[in-house]
Amino acid sequence: MDGIERIRGMSGAERETTARVSIVGSDLGDRVYSVMTTAFAVCIPLLLIAIAIEIGRAAWPALHQFGFGFLTSSEWDVPAGKYGAAPAIFGTIVSSFIALLIATPLALGVAIFLSEFAPRWLQQPVAFLVDLLAAIPSVVYGLWGIFVMIPLLREDVVPFLRDTLHLGATPFFAGPAYGPSMLAAGIILAIMALPYISAVSREVLRAVPRSQREAALALGATRWEVIRDAVIPNARSGIIGGVILGLGRALGETMAVTMVIGNRAEISSSLLAPGYTMASLIANEFSEATSDMHLSALMAVGAVLFVITIIVNAIARWLVWSVSVRNEA
Amino acid sequence: MTTGVIPRSTRLNRAKRRGVSGVMVALTYLAAALATLPLLFIVIHIVKLGAGAISVDLFTKMPQPVGEAGGGMANAISGTLILIGIAAAVGVPIGIGAGLYLAEHKRTPLANTVRFLSDVLNGIPSIVMGIFAWQLLVRPVGHFSALSGGVALGAMIIPLVTRTTEEMIRIVPNSLREAALALGYQRWRTSLSVILRTAMPGIVTGALVAIARIAGETAPLLFTAFGNQFWSTSLRQPIAALPLQIFTYAISPYDEWHSLAWAGALVLIGIVLIISIAARFATRSRFGAAVD
Repeated sequence: MDGIERIRGMSGAERETTARVSIVGSDLGDRVYSVMTTAFAVCIPLLLIAIAIEIGRAAWPALHQFGFGFLTSSEWDVPAGKYGAAPAIFGTIVSSFIALLIATPLALGVAIFLSEFAPRWLQQPVAFLVDLLAAIPSVVYGLWGIFVMIPLLREDVVPFLRDTLHLGATPFFAGPAYGPSMLAAGIILAIMALPYISAVSREVLRAVPRSQREAALALGATRWEVIRDAVIPNARSGIIGGVILGLGRALGETMAVTMVIGNRAEISSSLLAPGYTMASLIANEFSEATSDMHLSALMAVGAVLFVITIIVNAIARWLVWSVSVRNEA
Repeated sequence: MTTGVIPRSTRLNRAKRRGVSGVMVALTYLAAALATLPLLFIVIHIVKLGAGAISVDLFTKMPQPVGEAGGGMANAISGTLILIGIAAAVGVPIGIGAGLYLAEHKRTPLANTVRFLSDVLNGIPSIVMGIFAWQLLVRPVGHFSALSGGVALGAMIIPLVTRTTEEMIRIVPNSLREAALALGYQRWRTSLSVILRTAMPGIVTGALVAIARIAGETAPLLFTAFGNQFWSTSLRQPIAALPLQIFTYAISPYDEWHSLAWAGALVLIGIVLIISIAARFATRSRFGAAVD
């Protein structure tokens, strides 16, 4: 209120100067405020730098001793003091790849359904249900995976794939099917990545201007041709960005995977064999690591995961961002 | 366009194109149905298997050793609430402060960097946050602690709070800022008591959504909070947490622990749901009126 009182007693010219002074912000309060918000903002880069330094420092002994072989050696033998991360890197990539293979068509289908075809009354509830998938905690997915999904896979799905579809002859479905497996991890990751991919795809599809659709319709395109020829090409890089974002989630997902993947450091061509991911390796062994080198090796696995996810996420954000910029202009 | 003038081949072609279109549209319906199926499937199982094991004891009693009947998860439930509290205390102020900065410095190099890096931070796996917190707060002290777990979770909510704060402040009409400045308010007072207050319900929603997301996090707690079979009396000691307890029970070989894990999952989802509903309520009740 003191501000109003002060301004009432001023001439027009004086008022203008006062306003300008406030906007420029030469007051002590403004300076303190500015320093404070800047400090909070700088916390974010600092946090990232701190993560990089701390993990890098802890990982250094292992990286120094094993060098590039740390990434390529497949021998993870704790008692012998040999640490090769290849099985975990292999498992991370394969399980994430299976997840994307399953989740991408589904998520894209849902996104197209919601942005183009769904009746109005269905849009909100379906979008809500799909988004809810992202709200279920990872450990709950794992619990469900152990007690519901794995028995289902073992007793119904795998026999069907092998005997009815005759996939048992391929190396991907060979060998005994215990249950905990790369396949189980891939499926659960697909469910978890789906809401992220579909949310981003929905957004970039919505960002495509109406006129694009109308023009295609006017040329006589069918409803599907409108999507295929006018909408998707416009949103393509954003959709790819969404898929890569889903990949980023899948790469770092820990609990659900740890509970269903079987946790064995071996590289196998069979999807029914147990495997390991970088995240589940850390989750499993970290609190039991006794030797300094074991701890450092696990930190090095964390460092690799950190670098990979940063690169993947940066690419995804950049792609999504490029779509929004293009359609704004 | 009458069909009479169109050559036969084109008409056939059109029927084919229509057919393809119909099939593709139907496939998107199918995709939507398939995508919602796992959710229904999971929720049904949790309710079916969890509801039976829900009792007053679950909320009031301590965990029992295997073989002894009864027992609850009181310490884990309270531990989770404490961890959420620490996370909010760490993450929300930093997030709001950084969001204020971003909203007021839209296109400066620092703002662009912070915006981009907060997206990057948001994508960092929670387990990496866990080993970072361990290295920073557990290793030097020599033992696990509630504090280190809370800090790990708090760091994870910073990017989300930052971005929603920025978004919410941006939709506050500029005329409001101009009006306050015209009345002689200083910039900082305008920002804090006019802009921030107007955007507050939206920011509260964003913060609650972020908290709901980390409430069920387990991975970063494995080597920070670590879990505890007893009441936690100090933030410097290990603390029990519901997700950790669910994990321990799920991978154990005992049936009674399995059923406790399902009950715990039901409670955990309940907590997440309550926070999410509170988030919706925070926006709906005040925000619409405030912006008009």
